[in-house]
Amino acid sequence: MWAEGESEGLQTLGIVVVLCSSLKLLHYLRLIDLSDDKIEDELEMTMVCHRPEGLEQLEAQTNFTKRELQVLYRGFKNECPSGVVNEETFKQIYAQFFPHGDASMYAHYLFHAFDITQTGSVKFEDFVTALSILLRGTVHEKLRWTFNLYDINKDGYINKEEMMDIVKAIYDMMGKYTYPVLKEDTPRQHVDVFFQKMDKNKDGIVTLDEFLESCQEDDNIMRSLQLFQNVM
Amino acid sequence: MAAGVAAWLPFARAAAIGWMPVANCPMPLAPADKNKRQDELIVLNVSGRRFQTWRTTLERYPDTLLGSTEKEFFFNEDTKEYFFDRDPEVFRCVLNFYRTGKLHYPRYECISAYDDELAFYGILPEIIGDCCYEEYKDRKRENAERLMDDNDSENNQESMPSLSFRQTMWRAFENPHTSTLALVFYYVTGFFIAVSVITNVVETVPCGTVPGSKELPCGERYSVAFFCLDTACVMIFTVEYLLRLFAAPSRYRFVRSVMSIIDVVAIMPYYIGLVMTNNEDVSGAFVTLRVFRVFRIFKFSRHSQGLRILGYTLKSCASELGFLLFSLTMAIIIFATVMFYAEKGSSASKFTSIPASFWYTIVTMTTLGYGDMVPKTIAGKIFGSICSLSGVLVIALPVPVIVSNFSRIYHQNQRADKRRAQKKARLARIRVAKTGSSNAYLHSKRNGLLTEALELMGTPEEEHVGKSTSLIESQHHHLLHCLEKTTNHEFIDEQMFEQNCMESSMQNYPSTRSPSLSSHPGLTTTCCSRRSKKTTHLPNSNLPATRLRSMQELSTIHIQGSEQPSLTTSRSSLNLKADDGLRPNCKTSQITTAIISIPTPPALTPEGESRPPPASPGPNTNIPSIASNVVKVSAL
Repeated sequence: MWAEGESEGLQTLGIVVVLCSSLKLLHYLRLIDLSDDKIEDELEMTMVCHRPEGLEQLEAQTNFTKRELQVLYRGFKNECPSGVVNEETFKQIYAQFFPHGDASMYAHYLFHAFDITQTGSVKFEDFVTALSILLRGTVHEKLRWTFNLYDINKDGYINKEEMMDIVKAIYDMMGKYTYPVLKEDTPRQHVDVFFQKMDKNKDGIVTLDEFLESCQEDDNIMRSLQLFQNVM
Repeated sequence: MAAGVAAWLPFARAAAIGWMPVANCPMPLAPADKNKRQDELIVLNVSGRRFQTWRTTLERYPDTLLGSTEKEFFFNEDTKEYFFDRDPEVFRCVLNFYRTGKLHYPRYECISAYDDELAFYGILPEIIGDCCYEEYKDRKRENAERLMDDNDSENNQESMPSLSFRQTMWRAFENPHTSTLALVFYYVTGFFIAVSVITNVVETVPCGTVPGSKELPCGERYSVAFFCLDTACVMIFTVEYLLRLFAAPSRYRFVRSVMSIIDVVAIMPYYIGLVMTNNEDVSGAFVTLRVFRVFRIFKFSRHSQGLRILGYTLKSCASELGFLLFSLTMAIIIFATVMFYAEKGSSASKFTSIPASFWYTIVTMTTLGYGDMVPKTIAGKIFGSICSLSGVLVIALPVPVIVSNFSRIYHQNQRADKRRAQKKARLARIRVAKTGSSNAYLHSKRNGLLTEALELMGTPEEEHVGKSTSLIESQHHHLLHCLEKTTNHEFIDEQMFEQNCMESSMQNYPSTRSPSLSSHPGLTTTCCSRRSKKTTHLPNSNLPATRLRSMQELSTIHIQGSEQPSLTTSRSSLNLKADDGLRPNCKTSQITTAIISIPTPPALTPEGESRPPPASPGPNTNIPSIASNVVKVSAL
């Protein structure tokens, strides 16, 4: 039943096994190199260290005094010793203020509003520039900044989907335990109301002018924009 | 909220401008910065070493000594610095906690000294960062055990007066050094275990020949003597087992313990043998049972600490041993298969089947090499040599590694278990911190409600009820309040949420109440079916009741003119709660409870708000008018 060839075959198999194992042994002894897989070493990309421009320059560019810039920078450097904030750190910081719900989406949009140059990291200058607009800017500037925040794809128009995303992100920050209970379409209704107010020509998108006009007509909004005047 | 990010609060508040166009209601006023002063350096003199830091750094943690006004007690007027007569080394860690938000435990520091310092500065040790937490807990546990040992040894020297007979017996069994009787018992049982084991062994030794028959083992020759010895031993063991059973504090647990099982297994064969002597059919099984008598040797483990430790070590390394066994099995199967097929060709081969080759593989891999099975073909010899070489590697090499692994893995397992237990504690801490901050917000909201209500009632000189929040906290709460206003929903805590859900599910909504309800005749009873902006009367009458249940203060609530079937329940709960709400420092003698009605226009006007936003002038005028409609529910 078993031909002579079978044990011959097994003999060759044995010799092959011996050869392979000796090759592997030589490879381990590094006499020859058989590896072709690249070892991915994860370089820490965040070893970049960024230093901001001088204090005088920043003071000239923004509406803050030197003292205020110092306080701001101290806090900034404390959290981000490398001098730049990346999105993850940003989200973590923002999440600490809203322990009830999930602040990550809103922080994501916020980050992209801060990161004007879309580099993926926010330097101290960007940070301070945005803060200067928000806290010390004119109404016009604040509204323009807010429009920029809502315009997720930065195409100059706000459509309903973008607004839905933003509003949903805001509602996410509330968390689960609210009174009254958050229903599924609460954000949608909120967006509908918003669009009714803002979209003057009812074309489904809100342009910057429509936005500015509608906001300036609304007293509530005007008043609340002045709310954070004395934050610093 | 971690204090490190308190510096980012201005940014978060500025970013809140992004909500403003979306919000439909006016925002609350920002908290006034009453005592805004420029940040100053303060000097902390700790036993002569001066530390300097910003004042705001210390104020990040207002509930510690340095963050609160308690440090004023240590202020030295002459030198204008704060002097603490404490250890400057530990103070370094404490101050770093304020700076970085992370508390570290220096390893060289004594654990009790460190604890004392933390207690002095009002810092809870639970805040220790993850990097040092394990070390801290280990040291703390060691210390506690040391203290416990000290206490125990002290206790052992005193006489325990009021132990029952049963408890003394148990103590005697567990610790033979407690009394002489226990020691005697201990040695006697030890002796009998030894006798029993030796009897079992000697029983099988061939003991000389009786003329006319073949060589007999001693057991059959002197069977009576051995039987007497066995009986005596089993008597002693049975008595001992019964005594232990009687004395055990938890009989069920004792019966389930390993030692008692060993005891039972050791004495069972004798009794079974007594019962079954005359039945020839089961004598084979009976002989097998005798094997279990060897388990008596395990009874020695009560007498030997080392045996117990070995048993425990094996048990804890069971997974590693299991894996070794598994890999060996794999290797054995592979080589056995290969050898079988290699040797199939040769004639008169002993490798009749793969299981038969197992024996060869095991013998070869452990380098025993009995020689009863040898390969004859060349392929068989090649694979056989590979087998023995790999056997050397597979078995001989890992053994010392495993031995050292025992201790390493044992400690690692312990650390992993500890970490897992600590992970739960850590997550719980994080959750507590989160709920703490969210609860702080809810709490301050109620407090704010109270103070505003009190102010409205014309008691302006009332001091802040409840603890005064720091500026950062009040700003943070203002931010959260803005978010509530933007979305028209409020934060409540978990119990409230569930209460709301339960109540709404227990309610029968009368469908004729309000026009908005009539369009939904088939309202289901789950709370998620409630539309958030449906300003129905019914849930609202519940709302203030539930809110009152959580709020332990007075609030002006306007009782609805329309009767609701649920109002009786809510009123009774109002009665209940308002009673608790009596505060000693409230100057008003009557308790006026009223529910503020919800303005019926739908959409997104705010629902029951007893705190009118000061920015808008409208609701302010409502308050006096509402107050005039107050139904005084007195005599609570």
